[in-house]
Amino acid sequence: MKDLRAKLRRIRALTVKETRQILRDPSSIAIGIVFPMMMILLFGYGLSLDINRIALAVVDEDASAQSAALIQTFRLSRYFTVMEKHSMRDANALLLERKADGVLRIPSDFTRRAHAGTAELQILVNGTDANQARIMQAYAAGPVALWSATQEPSAGAAARGLVVVVGRIWFNEANDSHYFLVPGLIVLVMTIIGAFLTAMVVAREWERGTLEALFVTPMRCGEFLLSKLIPYFVLGMIGFLLCLLAGKFLFQVPLRGSLLLLCVASVIYLLVALGIGLLVSTLVKSQFLASQLALLLTFLPALMLSGFLYDLRSMPVIIRGITYVLPARYAVALMQTIYLAGDVGSVIWPNLAVLAAMAAALLILTRLATRKLIA
Amino acid sequence: MRASLLRVFALIRKEFLAVLKDPRSRFIIFAPPMIQCMLFGYAASFDLNAVPYAVLDESHGAASVALLARLDGSGIFKRQADLRRVEDIADWIDSRRALIVIRIDQDFERRLTSGEPAPVQAIADGRNSNTSGTALGYLQTAVDDFNTDWRSSHQQPGPSVRLVTRAWYNPNFESRWSMVPSLIGTLTMFGTMMLTALSVAREREQGTFDQLLVTPFRPYEIMTGKAAPNMVIGLGQATTVLLVAQFWFRIPFAGWFLVLYAGLTLFLMAAVGLGLFVSSIAATMQQAMLYAFLLVMPFAILSGLTTPFSSMPDVLQSAMIINPLRYALDMTKRVYLEDAGFVQLIPDFVPLAIIGVLTLAGAAWLFRRRLV
Repeated sequence: MKDLRAKLRRIRALTVKETRQILRDPSSIAIGIVFPMMMILLFGYGLSLDINRIALAVVDEDASAQSAALIQTFRLSRYFTVMEKHSMRDANALLLERKADGVLRIPSDFTRRAHAGTAELQILVNGTDANQARIMQAYAAGPVALWSATQEPSAGAAARGLVVVVGRIWFNEANDSHYFLVPGLIVLVMTIIGAFLTAMVVAREWERGTLEALFVTPMRCGEFLLSKLIPYFVLGMIGFLLCLLAGKFLFQVPLRGSLLLLCVASVIYLLVALGIGLLVSTLVKSQFLASQLALLLTFLPALMLSGFLYDLRSMPVIIRGITYVLPARYAVALMQTIYLAGDVGSVIWPNLAVLAAMAAALLILTRLATRKLIA
Repeated sequence: MRASLLRVFALIRKEFLAVLKDPRSRFIIFAPPMIQCMLFGYAASFDLNAVPYAVLDESHGAASVALLARLDGSGIFKRQADLRRVEDIADWIDSRRALIVIRIDQDFERRLTSGEPAPVQAIADGRNSNTSGTALGYLQTAVDDFNTDWRSSHQQPGPSVRLVTRAWYNPNFESRWSMVPSLIGTLTMFGTMMLTALSVAREREQGTFDQLLVTPFRPYEIMTGKAAPNMVIGLGQATTVLLVAQFWFRIPFAGWFLVLYAGLTLFLMAAVGLGLFVSSIAATMQQAMLYAFLLVMPFAILSGLTTPFSSMPDVLQSAMIINPLRYALDMTKRVYLEDAGFVQLIPDFVPLAIIGVLTLAGAAWLFRRRLV
């Protein structure tokens, strides 16, 4: 009993010290509060995978009523800003100077061949941004289809006797990219606060020699780790809360699953991130190496290899294999599902179990790696 | 002058030793760019090459079988299951086993042959609406092809217009061709800025910076001594990524290496300048690290690496005039893929040089302020 009291007192003292260190260091606050807000604003307003205002240079070699009508449909589309040019040479120059995103060429035999059903339209894009080029290609099909419909002999029966795809995007009917950015953002924010910040914490004590000073006190290693965990856990949860509020009030992303489950998933993922940070920090004992490793092992994978931005199923087998080792993959699946699909047991429980196992393993490993030993 | 050069040279030598002598820090400088380039070169693509789908075919006609055969033959659509009941749709989507569920109604065949529009319902998992949008786009293309064939085989010619798209410099629209050259700048920026920011902060934390200040070093000499080695290391990192791009991904290099390295030198000047700037504000390594991260993060997100630069809000676009990575990405891609020369790259080179000179001068000034 007396033992336990002393233990709690030591933990409290160390936690208070760590908390004061956080509060007095502007950079910790910056990463705990400013970073989540910055990411929310950047992802919310800065990132957009939709392209609007595509600058399109049009060269009309046909100069007929039909081609004029086609150009008009492009003009009316909200995705395009049309610039008419008289020669391909002018248009190509615009493309090279990045003043145009693409060139639409209407060949001189366009009208003649349109009646025969064999007309061709040429679109030139700059492939150095392959993504933008592909999006543009897809968007250009819209006005062309619209024009085709008006040229149909019996207007209004454009799709006569043809297969029509009626696409429905479940969980995100309005196709709002915030819907998948916000759940991913929670993972990113907690990764940074949990792993990146704590990676430096223990290494700093090793580098400055303050850990050796602690060795001569009655403090136990477990108490030391707990005192490091608690303040950063709180900081991470503040970041989580900020994202949660922004998702609800700023971006109106619906939370279809239960809030409790979302919190449980976040807490467990935060423990994983903290575990990685502390373990790295304990093992390498250098702030520079620890921070670089934390960045490499947690943040960049969370951004690129988690299914947050890029689809995991399309990655080569080896890369997909690597993603199974990374906790971010499970966290993103959990957050996206709880947020958008609801409490789907077949997704939630396996992912949650993996994360819980990872958290336990990492914390136990960290405890084993922390020894009162001077290397 | 001679003495000054000697001093700077000594400092540069010491700086190289401090970073490169420790095998662990050698590893952390050169291995990550290589590993990341490989990982991200494969992973960072919005193309889908596998769309698992399930189908609920209530029509069981020749037309629906032909349509599905076309999907299966595409190599992209992978049929996971033939569903029997409508209730199964939700289960397959919810559990993420299918990205798309295609539902074909009973009267599909009748409508198609009698000349009515025949709808095919496609339900996509919108948890990542970007992925589902792309998948629906692929489906649309496959269906368009099917329609064209159907029309021609059933003598229903209409004014069909074929869109022929040609992409300059990247004929197959490969994401990797624009992603991997972009990584040269991005990975180097992360590495170099952090390294530079930490190099001064470490000295400050260990107290050796004060010792440096009492030596005959002038502020600009300290600045040069800190900047030059980090720029060289940065060039080394960039070369590592370039080698992976060339020999692993085999992306053809169209331009001149001289132009590329001239651009990279200017870019690294800017990156190192920003790093030094951060480190002269930071008091500890942790601060240097976190401030550098807070700076490099928005630069990377808003550089056009993952999303098109032109679709960002105007305010952010004009704010990014100070973002060296934005110019570096444009520069590397244009040299790498378009064979751009010095003249075409003036819009990138000039801002990079300005940012570099300003930040380096600013850092030297801040060092001097610390002296007084």
